[in-house]
Amino acid sequence: MSSGTPTHCPYCALQCGMVVGRDLATGGGQVRVAPRSDVPAGAGGLCQKGWTAADLLTTADRLTTPLMRVHAGAPLEPCTWDAALDRIAAEIERLRAAYGPDAVAVFGGGGLTNEKAYQLGKFARVGLRTANIDYNGRFCMSSAAAALNRAFGMDRGLPMPITDLETADAILLVGGNVAETMPPFMRHLAAQRAGGGQLIVIDPRTTPTARRADLHLRPTPGTDLALANGLLHIAVNEGLIDETYIAARTRGFDAVRTAVNSYWPGRVERITGVPVPQLRRAVWLLAGETGETRGRSGDHTALVLTARGAEQHADGTDTVTAYINLALALGLPGLPGSGYGCLTGQGNGQGGREHGQKADQLPGYRKIDDPVARAHVAAVWDVEPAAIPGPGRSAYELLVSLGTRDGPKALLLFGSNPVVSAPHAAAVEERLDALEFLVVADFVPSETALRADVVLPTTQWAEESGTITNLEGRVLRRERAVPPPPGVRGDLAVLAALAGRLNAPGTWSGEPAEVFDELRRASAGGLADYSGITYERIAAEGGVFWPCPGEGHPGTPRPFLERFATPDGRARFTPVEHRGAVEDVCADYPLYLTTGRVLAHYQSGAQTRRVDQLNKAAPEPYVELHPDVAERLGIAAGALVRVTSRRGSALVRARPTDAIRPDTVFVPFHWAGTGRANLLTNPALDPLSRMPEFKVCAVRLEAV
Amino acid sequence: MSEHDAPAGPPAWPGGRRIVVVGNGMAGSRFVTEMRARDPGVSITVFGQEARRPYNRVLLSNVLAGTAQPHQIGLVDPSWYAEHAIDARLGVAVTKIDRAAEVVVAEDGTTAPYDTLVLATGSAPLVPPIPGTEDGLPRGTVAFRTLDDCADIIEAAHSARHAVVIGGGLLGIEAARGLAGRGLCVTVLHLAGHLMERQLDAEAGKVLARTLTGLGIRVRLAARVAALRTRGGPDGERVVGVELAHDERPAELVPADLVVMACGVRPAVGLARAAGLAVERGIVVDEALRSVSDPAIRAIGECAQYGDVVYGLVAPAWEQAAVLADLLSGHRPAARYTGSRQITRLKAASLELATMGETHHGSHDEDVEVVQFADAARGTYKKVVIRDDRLIGAILLGETSTAGTLTQLYDRAAPLPADRLALLFAGAPAAPAAGSPVLMPDGAQVCTCNNVTKGQIRACWEDGATTVEEVTARTRATTGCGTCADAVAGIVGWLAEQSPP
Repeated sequence: MSSGTPTHCPYCALQCGMVVGRDLATGGGQVRVAPRSDVPAGAGGLCQKGWTAADLLTTADRLTTPLMRVHAGAPLEPCTWDAALDRIAAEIERLRAAYGPDAVAVFGGGGLTNEKAYQLGKFARVGLRTANIDYNGRFCMSSAAAALNRAFGMDRGLPMPITDLETADAILLVGGNVAETMPPFMRHLAAQRAGGGQLIVIDPRTTPTARRADLHLRPTPGTDLALANGLLHIAVNEGLIDETYIAARTRGFDAVRTAVNSYWPGRVERITGVPVPQLRRAVWLLAGETGETRGRSGDHTALVLTARGAEQHADGTDTVTAYINLALALGLPGLPGSGYGCLTGQGNGQGGREHGQKADQLPGYRKIDDPVARAHVAAVWDVEPAAIPGPGRSAYELLVSLGTRDGPKALLLFGSNPVVSAPHAAAVEERLDALEFLVVADFVPSETALRADVVLPTTQWAEESGTITNLEGRVLRRERAVPPPPGVRGDLAVLAALAGRLNAPGTWSGEPAEVFDELRRASAGGLADYSGITYERIAAEGGVFWPCPGEGHPGTPRPFLERFATPDGRARFTPVEHRGAVEDVCADYPLYLTTGRVLAHYQSGAQTRRVDQLNKAAPEPYVELHPDVAERLGIAAGALVRVTSRRGSALVRARPTDAIRPDTVFVPFHWAGTGRANLLTNPALDPLSRMPEFKVCAVRLEAV
Repeated sequence: MSEHDAPAGPPAWPGGRRIVVVGNGMAGSRFVTEMRARDPGVSITVFGQEARRPYNRVLLSNVLAGTAQPHQIGLVDPSWYAEHAIDARLGVAVTKIDRAAEVVVAEDGTTAPYDTLVLATGSAPLVPPIPGTEDGLPRGTVAFRTLDDCADIIEAAHSARHAVVIGGGLLGIEAARGLAGRGLCVTVLHLAGHLMERQLDAEAGKVLARTLTGLGIRVRLAARVAALRTRGGPDGERVVGVELAHDERPAELVPADLVVMACGVRPAVGLARAAGLAVERGIVVDEALRSVSDPAIRAIGECAQYGDVVYGLVAPAWEQAAVLADLLSGHRPAARYTGSRQITRLKAASLELATMGETHHGSHDEDVEVVQFADAARGTYKKVVIRDDRLIGAILLGETSTAGTLTQLYDRAAPLPADRLALLFAGAPAAPAAGSPVLMPDGAQVCTCNNVTKGQIRACWEDGATTVEEVTARTRATTGCGTCADAVAGIVGWLAEQSPP
């Protein structure tokens, strides 16, 4: 490729750098991608999802014209943009008049750019005047976000540059399979280990990531919290905690010390199944204890990282808190090269949770029930503070309220595919079908789009500009590399057009740069302050870390070095107790099910299932089960298996492997139809974050 | 109160509005915190004989060994009671239960009326009838049970040289190990023919004794204590040794300036018995942990007897506390206690031991399958007992890497793996697949991130790509996580050797 546009991968939060352009060398003019070496997070790598991303641009069933059903039950048929937008505006007006503004709901996504996420939140509050907006990031990052806010007063997933991983003496990775979900991330771990660092992985499965670890702890699903408390118990009892740090930089340790006194190693072994010697070894590695000198040496650096495996539970917030407690007691957060972080999943999972598509939030990571925040944002939006609605329902609660007596009657959905990705998916399908009006904006006919009354064809990744904030909290630019096909529009333009039809107050732009300038003003003074970030600076500096409160401000790679973002600057310990899986195994459902991702696919698969190479690599859903279980149930490798939970059944192929505990099975969640893992998952919600319990429920298996 | 006066809505308080708990040890304090977590409103009064906040008795051995400090084993913060509106009367013993009036009377004359009374009075150390203890234990002798006992032992250990531990059960061995770690010369006297005879078979007991010997602890088995030898001093009688009885020869003196008694416990049931409740070895309770004599009274922990069993471990007490809190809060009205599976885990430096269930079966016993491994020289002994493809007992001594697996298989009565060895030995972790390029089949995946097989690399080579860079450019191998770079280089190098370009 002789030239191209520097941008980033359309998929995960690592946001690997890539150049996109036409392949002039071969003369074919086909759009190709190549890795960029100037993006630290991706470290010059791309996985097969990234390499094949350009295939998305030419996918056969790309949406290029709006589609509409003239009435319920009629087929989706092409129509003009004006017809589609007029219909949407008319339905919104009708339903608002009949039921009030909360009758129209909005559902967003963690893949949307910052500009889109911001404009979507503004559109809901100002254009629709509805409280009912939430997004699929609730299913990803909400537990970590709630725990981070509680402990540090700020939710920046990694409060350090990702390259800090490479110099860490020890890393504890809890419930993350980065070797498959963000492969180039492994380059940082490889560099860490090449430098003599130790990697500890906690995962019920022996994943490709766990195989590369120095120590792999394999707990029973649903027991990560007890495991963390057990590790802290050992650290306390073996004198490995940092009392000086605890006194200087934290509050609330006494209550946590008392709480973990109930988590002695033998008890934790029984709950988690992790043998005591491994528990002790993990603590020693993490604390830099060699057995020769007591306590860790002054220059020992260590990181505690959590991902969805720890977070997607009905006690996900408390589980993350337990690991933060451990990190705090060891004196890690806020020290250069050490700390706690969560690994954000979706492409803009970080930025997408900062600017107002969350039910309880306004731009700049402001709280929607904070009068000062409301006044600031109202001034930017040119409305009265009282005109901004209050907090709305969380994602799953919103989805299952659709079409109910008190719930929304219409839904506008952007950048998400809940028919595949939401827990207890059959119930969500039923609610979507109960709506009076469903609008889906997407660039492919996703399973959810096919149920819509109006489908709006939008631009995708390489066809549009904007910003995304990667897992480090570094704001990056996404650049238009190719023109969109005729007939499609950007989400910003769609929202601006709808706002115009609804006579929404304020100004509405379809131009990313203009929306970003408004976002900067709206976020100014907030926790996630973008006011000093400009497109030019991002290009010149290779990204800017928020908070960045002024154009002369350098950005903040490590926000906690001096103080935490709490009122008194100290981090908060919170005592937390083991609760276990909401649904434990029993005679009828004797196996734990856990769900997750595979290397070749991304999220609901709406994109990756349309790429031939990726489909070849991972063509269909399957269930990983232990060979002992397969033998006992008479299930042969490759046979079709019915996996049944209290919510339904899924049909998938058997894949026996000793990489999984004999009491657990694993089903990846990227596929639609009868092989959907989310037909099985438990929608029990975390009381604080409202995160569903995706990662554990009870199932039984039957040969079909 | 008539139906019309009933307060609207919850809470309904199935256990009544006033709950009084007698005993604030492991069981009582656990019940109080579990109950408050489920119901912020119900009135709770708790009496504790010890004035201090409740602490984790499991960790006393750590305190004795010096690996935990007394202030580090609390289970409830002192301020917690006030913050959670609990009437905590600590350091106040209850002297009487007036069942007719539904009120308890304390030693300080105060009373507490109850709708539900929870007895969690625990147990007291068993002191065998040994001459020399008639007038109480002589100085230098401690029956090991409480944190105060622990402090007394530590205090005595500062000046003592020779310690004798009477009782080679779990607690005695942990105490012996702790004292040895403090530099004392320690002898364990055990009445039975092998250590921990309730949990271990004879061979395990022997291996354990050998391990203790290696740690500098003398073990005397079948040791019948005849008397404590004492000597008068300015501060009263002080222990100087323990006399062992022998059949054929005169008593032998084992010198000791510190004697720790760890001879077991007996349930503290005096209060219950005096109140006329049915008491056998413990207070007899049903599946709702209710006294069979009085539905207003429940009992949990070491003072309670369910079926024929009085449980002496923490886990059953906590299970009972959770069930009772579920019942009294109305949280789970169908909750029932149906017995516990007992797992013992020894906690002491350089001593790894986990044991559960029926361990005494021999390999010739009918209807059981026994799998064993012994390496006495290295202090390792492992045994699993299987019936109907379920684990019914296990011992892991010296090396416990499968303890997590076994405890869960035992707890859940889960079907066992076909490979019985996996029960004794944790599998070696899978090595990263670097594999020799020569042996690798063509279909083997070399680069998982980009789905590249050895065959594709070979095809590339045959098509003229002779360097790693060229192979990478054509296949994308190594461009993902990068960890296959060595393998790709190895294959390219091997191909070069096979057929120089």
